[in-house]
Amino acid sequence: MIEFSRVSKVFDGRKAVDELDLVIPQGELAVLIGTSGSGKSTTLKMINRLVEYDAGTLRFAGEDVRHFHPETLRRRMGYAIQSIGLFPHWTVEQNIATVPQLLHWPKPRIRDRVTELLELLHLEPGQYRGRFPHQLSGGQQQRVGVARALAADPDVLLMDEPFGALDPVTRAALQEELRRIHALSGKTIVLVTHDIDEALGLGQRIVLMEQGRIVQQGSPLELLTHPASDFVRDFVGRSDIGIKLLALDRVADRTRHDEAVGGEPIASSSTLREALSAFITRKVDRLPVVDEQGRPAGTLHFCDLLEAQA
Amino acid sequence: MSPPLKGWPKALWRVAGDPLPWSFAALVALTLGMPALRPLFAALFPELDRPVYQQDSFAALVMAHLSMVALSSAIAIAGGVLLGLWVCRPAGRAFRPLFESLLAMSQSFPPVAVLAVAAPIIGFGEAPALIALVLYGLLPIAQGTMAGLDSVPASTREVAQGLGLDTWQSLYKVELPLAAPVILSGIRTSVIINIGTATIASTVGAKTLGSPIIIGLSGFNTAYVIQGAVLVALLAITSDQLFGRLEERLGAWRTRDATDAGAARFVQVSGR
Ligand SMILES: Nc1ncnc2c1ncn2[C@@H]1O[C@H](COP(=O)(O)OP(=O)(O)O)[C@@H](O)[C@H]1O
Ligand SMILES: [Mg+2]
Repeated sequence: MIEFSRVSKVFDGRKAVDELDLVIPQGELAVLIGTSGSGKSTTLKMINRLVEYDAGTLRFAGEDVRHFHPETLRRRMGYAIQSIGLFPHWTVEQNIATVPQLLHWPKPRIRDRVTELLELLHLEPGQYRGRFPHQLSGGQQQRVGVARALAADPDVLLMDEPFGALDPVTRAALQEELRRIHALSGKTIVLVTHDIDEALGLGQRIVLMEQGRIVQQGSPLELLTHPASDFVRDFVGRSDIGIKLLALDRVADRTRHDEAVGGEPIASSSTLREALSAFITRKVDRLPVVDEQGRPAGTLHFCDLLEAQA
Repeated sequence: MSPPLKGWPKALWRVAGDPLPWSFAALVALTLGMPALRPLFAALFPELDRPVYQQDSFAALVMAHLSMVALSSAIAIAGGVLLGLWVCRPAGRAFRPLFESLLAMSQSFPPVAVLAVAAPIIGFGEAPALIALVLYGLLPIAQGTMAGLDSVPASTREVAQGLGLDTWQSLYKVELPLAAPVILSGIRTSVIINIGTATIASTVGAKTLGSPIIIGLSGFNTAYVIQGAVLVALLAITSDQLFGRLEERLGAWRTRDATDAGAARFVQVSGR
């Protein structure tokens, strides 16, 4: 879907992106991560031509992005940044309708689409569509930002630290939302973050950048188990790699379905990291597991956390 | 304290507490009724033979004054906004420092000096007056436009572009509406100054509310001076109030709190 081959970008004589090779297949959720100034945003913005690349080739859907009219290209790609990106003088409805209006959709279709998206992002349409951004909490603003990016059903979603300004609880909720939307829509998503937990939790492919170059790319598991260098090892968190590995798997994967114990249950959708925390705080070695509907689903044994990881 | 007012007394109180109707009523009353105040001015200035200015009707002077202000302000608004826009675009950015110092310089000439230079070159009458007024009106408007556009966050501009708005769409749908309150307050300042400055246009022969003031000053007729000055002041106050009203309207979305959200539910998606 998106192919960088030896793409470079020079700002003031310095290479912000340096001979980048990266392929993001259709439907993948790729996360660009790295320290501040490593070239993540520049890489993202080259995809929708907010930044024009200087050397190499960058293809979208098989064609050089330069062959597209910039506005046409951008309207096929949702774009979301930190919450300040909402237009403050427009209502939630008008903000979400931005791209559909540019594409001249008929009004009833726009209205229905806004309703659908507000529902998708758990904002009650009747209550929120007429509000202005300053009448929303940070988390709600960000939901609207995501809805706006999705509005015209784009092929690709580009997100630049979309949850960066949020508190941890709201951020976790929105990450879960994004995971759900990705699973539901199968869209290609490129997300920039500097939060390693966000990257490990969301990404199917993680691209770790430093000084405009890719240091390592791969699945979260690959990065954690086979870091290519000390830099990668430090970045993913040398001392708590084990904890982060646990965060990649769900309780459901290790549950013994034929057993039942008493006590306060844990949800099968929780991560094993959360389960480890529950084992330690409750000082037990077995936890009852319940499914989404709260029905008993079996038991999780402490020793099963150690089961071989891939 | 009195109990809270309800019904028509409340409505009446709201109108009475608003200076706009008052200043407007005073302006109209004095414009039409100045001759009726003859006994008052005669009593105040017993030494004057003609205590009320009568060469022209005050209605004609107000109209002439207003049309001079309207014409010069219209030119200044068009020119100031366009220049301000241009020096904030990539194409004109290089000229911004030069433009800003030119504007600052033009402002340091007293208006009378501009008239004194312009009149011999262009001749007497309205043309030199208009030129001086336009030059003076330009600065606050251009400054307001630049400040307004500067106040639009870079991230807002970037996201507009990123969503696929082209340069013009971004300008008229996003940047200008967000800059509008600042631009409008520049226009407000400019027009109010203009209303005052237009009085000295009478020194080069244009007919304005400055006429009674200039004639009164040269003929030691204080009554004429007062009559002209009061009307100019009322004109300025009324215009300022009107601008205040307009600013409130433009910024209405900013002050909306969560309780108003229900009413906004029925607001349709804006037209293209
Ligand atoms: N528009 C620009 N002009 C000049 N330098 C820029 C511009 N955008 C980014 N840079 C530089 O390019 C480098 C990479 O920036 P960026 O891609 O924003 O990094 P990140 O998003 O990873 O923090 C930085 O050194 C930054 O200063
Ligand atoms: Mg960045």
